[in-house]
Amino acid sequence: MRLWRCAVFVAALLPFLWWAFQVAAGQAGPEPGQYLLLNFGQCALILLLLTLSLTPLMKLTRWKGFAVIRRQLGLWTFSYGVLHLTSYLLFILGLDFSALGADLQRRPYIMVGFAALLMLLALAVTSNRYSMKQLGKRWKFLHRLVYIALALVLLHFFWVVRADMGQWSAYAFAGAVLMLLRIPVVSRALGRVRPRRGSGPKAPRFS
Amino acid sequence: MLIRTRKPHHIGENEVTPESVYYARRRFMAGVAGLGMAAALPRGAWAASQYDDVEQGSHPDWFASRLENANWQAVTAGDNDKLTPFNDATHYNNFFEFGTSKDDPYKHAGAMTTEPWTIEIDGEVARPGTLDVDQLLGEQQLEERIYRLRCVEAWSMVIPWLGVPLSEIIKRAEPTSDAKFVRFQTLMRPEEMPGQRSRFGLIDWPYQEGLRMDEAMHPLTILSVGMYGRVLPNQNGAPVRLVVPWKYGFKSIKSIVRISLVKEQPTTAWPTINANEYGFYSNVNPDVDHPRWSQARERRLPNSLFSTNMIDTQMFNGYGDEVASLYKGMDLRKYF
Ligand code: HEM
Repeated sequence: MRLWRCAVFVAALLPFLWWAFQVAAGQAGPEPGQYLLLNFGQCALILLLLTLSLTPLMKLTRWKGFAVIRRQLGLWTFSYGVLHLTSYLLFILGLDFSALGADLQRRPYIMVGFAALLMLLALAVTSNRYSMKQLGKRWKFLHRLVYIALALVLLHFFWVVRADMGQWSAYAFAGAVLMLLRIPVVSRALGRVRPRRGSGPKAPRFS
Repeated sequence: MLIRTRKPHHIGENEVTPESVYYARRRFMAGVAGLGMAAALPRGAWAASQYDDVEQGSHPDWFASRLENANWQAVTAGDNDKLTPFNDATHYNNFFEFGTSKDDPYKHAGAMTTEPWTIEIDGEVARPGTLDVDQLLGEQQLEERIYRLRCVEAWSMVIPWLGVPLSEIIKRAEPTSDAKFVRFQTLMRPEEMPGQRSRFGLIDWPYQEGLRMDEAMHPLTILSVGMYGRVLPNQNGAPVRLVVPWKYGFKSIKSIVRISLVKEQPTTAWPTINANEYGFYSNVNPDVDHPRWSQARERRLPNSLFSTNMIDTQMFNGYGDEVASLYKGMDLRKYF
């Protein structure tokens, strides 16, 4: 499990290293800031979808490996979200905060992205045992924010599509399937594919 | 039509042209005035040194034979308008027939067959016909036009095009008095264009653009067949594309297969998708924002992580002296 965790860590770090290398090597095109912005954004969305697929996958396969990387992938999602925001502030806005107000007014999708990132932040800072204990039942409730974050990110992305809905539709479809799998009837059916054996210790349940 | 008048004292400080811009513009206008008059240099001298590092591609006969007599630097840009590196101008494109990412065109446009190629000229003309590129160019001398290119997405480049004035080609077709607009159409060939195969595409293929007759006949408007001293790469709109430097880039339609002279203002690709965001005229205008971003400034590419290379956008992309009269009396907020 340790190895598996490390492998996931490295795999999640690789895109960052690859894009950083491309920029350093002058292979990121004439607008490297925009290149990083879009890639980090897409990567954050993919990681978010992957994170949300872990619980259904675990239900389906009963493999604990999916559960042990859930927190890690969640934190990676947040990290790429922060990289995406940082790219925007540094490379697009050029830290010219006087332009931020006007930009926000004109681009409501930035507010939407910002709201999503704030939610991811709340999840990231409470993604530890201490917070789980402190928050008790409310923890689970709080972490349902992830569904709203996903909806906001999809809206954020929808707003910037210009010529072709293909890519967006694929992400939205994946998101919709992941939501469907959480409808109680569906999720119970998922759990019956490979029933729990014997009376061993109860596996933790995830919403 | 709403006519707006302004009192003289309303002329703002920013409208006083700085000296450098003034001289740049003078040089530019001298260039326009001298169209076709400057002695043609062999590619050897200026162009060869300038485009040393540009990969040549294979030149069809119709291009190679005209290159020798091209009129280099017939029009130049301003002092601060450094040429965009060839590699950037060819690896960062919008050509939605090949995909939505900036690198899709150079990845996929190689599949487009450009020989043979024909352009149909029809509509309100006395001499309609189907021409290959050689016939289309006719006796016209190739001219190098170094133009600023302003994308509606708020980035810009400076490109040395090779082409001929569109007006000459239209004149040869002998437009009738009913010809009020010109409609252009891009190649429709889904088997070579993945964007046209997408089931989620928003553009109603084939891509169409249009100009008012006086815009099409303006000396700055060209049909381009080359850039950087070579034939057009496919991703830049080979073999023939329009270049209208005072309008947002999407007006400069690529890989043209049909030019029609028509009575009515044609429907064009982007306003059809979203009429609030894109207008028929689409003149570069720092005062009329795209609903989702400001058009007051632009990122001159290439830029870097350390500098966005932002510059102020100029009215009509800096070609106001030449083209503003076309729009006299028009409310450019309404006809954006
Ligand atoms: C403060 C928060 C955020 C800001 C300021 C922000 C800003 C932006 C900007 C400026 C764009 C580019 C639009 C364009 O020019 O085409 C963009 C696109 C995008 N953003 Fe965000 N964003 C934020 C949060 C997020 C979050 C949290 C995610 C995902 C988890 C995300 C995912 C995306 C995606 C997928 C795209 C589209 C990329 C593409 O077109 O390829 N964003 N965002």
